[in-house]
Amino acid sequence: MDEMKDAVLEYVIDEYVDEDDDMDVGFDTALISSGIVDSFSMVSLKVFLEKKYNITLSDGEATPEAFDTVTSIVELVNKHLG
Amino acid sequence: MSNIGSYEERLKDFDWGIAKEVLGWEDGELLNIGHICSDRVCARGQADKVALIWEGFGGKKRTYTFDDLRVYSNGFAKFLVDRGLKPGDRICIFMDKIPSLYFSFLGVLKMGGIAQPLFSAFGDESLEVRLESAGTAAILTTRKHVKKVRKILDKLPELKHVIVVEGDESKLKGEEMFFDVEAAPRVEEFESYVADPETPSVLHYTSGTTGQPKGAQHVHNSIWGQVLTTSWVLDLREDDIYWCTADPGWVTGTSYGIIGPWSLGVTQCVLDSGFTCARWYEFIQDNRITVWYSAPTAIRSLMRDGVEPVKAHDLSSLRHLASVGEPLNAEAVIWSEEVYGLPFLDTFWQTETGAMMISNYPDMPIKPGSMGKPFPGIEAAVLDLKTHEPIQEPGTVGLIAFRPGWPAMFREYRNKPDIYRSKFAGAPEDATPDELRTNTDLWYVSGDRASIDADGYYWFVGRDDDVINTGGHLVGPFEIESALVEHEAIAEAAAIGKPDEVNMEVVKAFVSLKPGFEPSGDLELSIMNFIRKKLSPLAMPQEIEYMEKLPKTRSGKILRRYLRALEWGEDVGDLSTLEDD
Repeated sequence: MDEMKDAVLEYVIDEYVDEDDDMDVGFDTALISSGIVDSFSMVSLKVFLEKKYNITLSDGEATPEAFDTVTSIVELVNKHLG
Repeated sequence: MSNIGSYEERLKDFDWGIAKEVLGWEDGELLNIGHICSDRVCARGQADKVALIWEGFGGKKRTYTFDDLRVYSNGFAKFLVDRGLKPGDRICIFMDKIPSLYFSFLGVLKMGGIAQPLFSAFGDESLEVRLESAGTAAILTTRKHVKKVRKILDKLPELKHVIVVEGDESKLKGEEMFFDVEAAPRVEEFESYVADPETPSVLHYTSGTTGQPKGAQHVHNSIWGQVLTTSWVLDLREDDIYWCTADPGWVTGTSYGIIGPWSLGVTQCVLDSGFTCARWYEFIQDNRITVWYSAPTAIRSLMRDGVEPVKAHDLSSLRHLASVGEPLNAEAVIWSEEVYGLPFLDTFWQTETGAMMISNYPDMPIKPGSMGKPFPGIEAAVLDLKTHEPIQEPGTVGLIAFRPGWPAMFREYRNKPDIYRSKFAGAPEDATPDELRTNTDLWYVSGDRASIDADGYYWFVGRDDDVINTGGHLVGPFEIESALVEHEAIAEAAAIGKPDEVNMEVVKAFVSLKPGFEPSGDLELSIMNFIRKKLSPLAMPQEIEYMEKLPKTRSGKILRRYLRALEWGEDVGDLSTLEDD
């Protein structure tokens, strides 16, 4: 679980946060509602999760609410991994 | 009773002069959109009225009066003049929906500059082509976005001023300037530039099938179209609390997110945070919003979240809803009537038209799924696809077209007279933009297809070209393809729109790879993120299909229409020019 959280957080920071931003992004930082990740960019995050964890997320699951924090993303992925 | 009253009655003896009556305009008044939206409202006794209720992420909330609008736009105008900027200079506004975006937009217009707002999610390449095309002299941005400007500054010799309006001043680099208008001394007086009706005002970039985006130039005279459509279609009244969800980087966000409501002295709300269903409903509830102008993509996202979030909020303040950006499907209209007790009224217009052209109106019966009828004063038709003659037969599909001459019509594509001319059916080869826009024997062809039913209602069919409409934003395939082949793995590429339940279309890319590269999940993600950062999240392919070789004509041109037809399950048409294997 923690390993997955770290991996997702690392991806989010690498892809969506600029190096010289002072932003402190953690497991519970709002991603969608804060505007760090916009609704179109959510798709690349979804593809990352599907490839890395070999799962398929339906459009009904990949909602802005479910993707709003690293914690909620990991909960969603874990549901698929059983 | 709505502002428009009877649509049919309004068609009789229509005159655009009615817009002046709506505004209480007197001969000899100063024509300048920046002035009209701030100083003029104050002078009419509404200085202390709330103009802007702004909310950002994390509970940030600020409220500004029309007097604040006046003073802060004065502040920007004076700052720009003091830097040596002059009337006619293109001044880009590149920031999120923060209050300074709105103040600076009015400030640029007040000093006679041409406001060039750009969507803040654009990557550095999208930004560069638009600044280069416009010959932009100054850019107003924030610390968050100035990094993209730094990457391209060396390639833009005409860009002399980079002004950061928010953030930490100590982080500025080189010759960048810092200007926080709210912290600066208040500028109580500024003499606004006296604009001619044809003085350029706003420059919005829009995408086409071929080539880079084109700058559609608007003028101060556009205000008459924006005022009257705001009054008659959005039905805004003095006591309304209005929310236009569009970003001013796109034309809806300026025509109806700034000019329309503020020229009429209406209070408006801005939410500068990411989309979640609960946050939007909370925003409506907390601010007692009465009129809401949004987009089908957002409406369909709200539909997907169902009725429970609606029940959890008090949305009883809403009295009128409208939609723009892409066709609003009948299901969404019916759903909104069921859950909000109000239907969303669809409106149709474009960057080029500057104001609404075909709409549904309060008090006019709605046919769910229809675009409605032409605005009074707008002569519209659907033209035969080949002859470009108006189609008389109800239900026959043709090209949506308008007789030139409405007030908010774009005056040119910046530095592209041939492309401007190509938008007019039957245009003489040597006609200038001024001759074209005033020749009422011509038709301005919109690039969209529709049919008209026996009752005069228009029904949208689709684009007449390869431009991708995603979430209400037009994205040019050429721009995406040019960026795709800059990826180290891609040899050739084609981009099309593929159907999407929420966004109408999303970008799909077809690529062939260079030797040494193999299709993989990692590569797909790398390509997606490459385009997202270089162009924008809107342009990011949401699906990538690998092909050994892309279909081409015998002359070597990639057959985008063939790929699109396959994707949409349509007839692929004449393939006689297809290259042999």
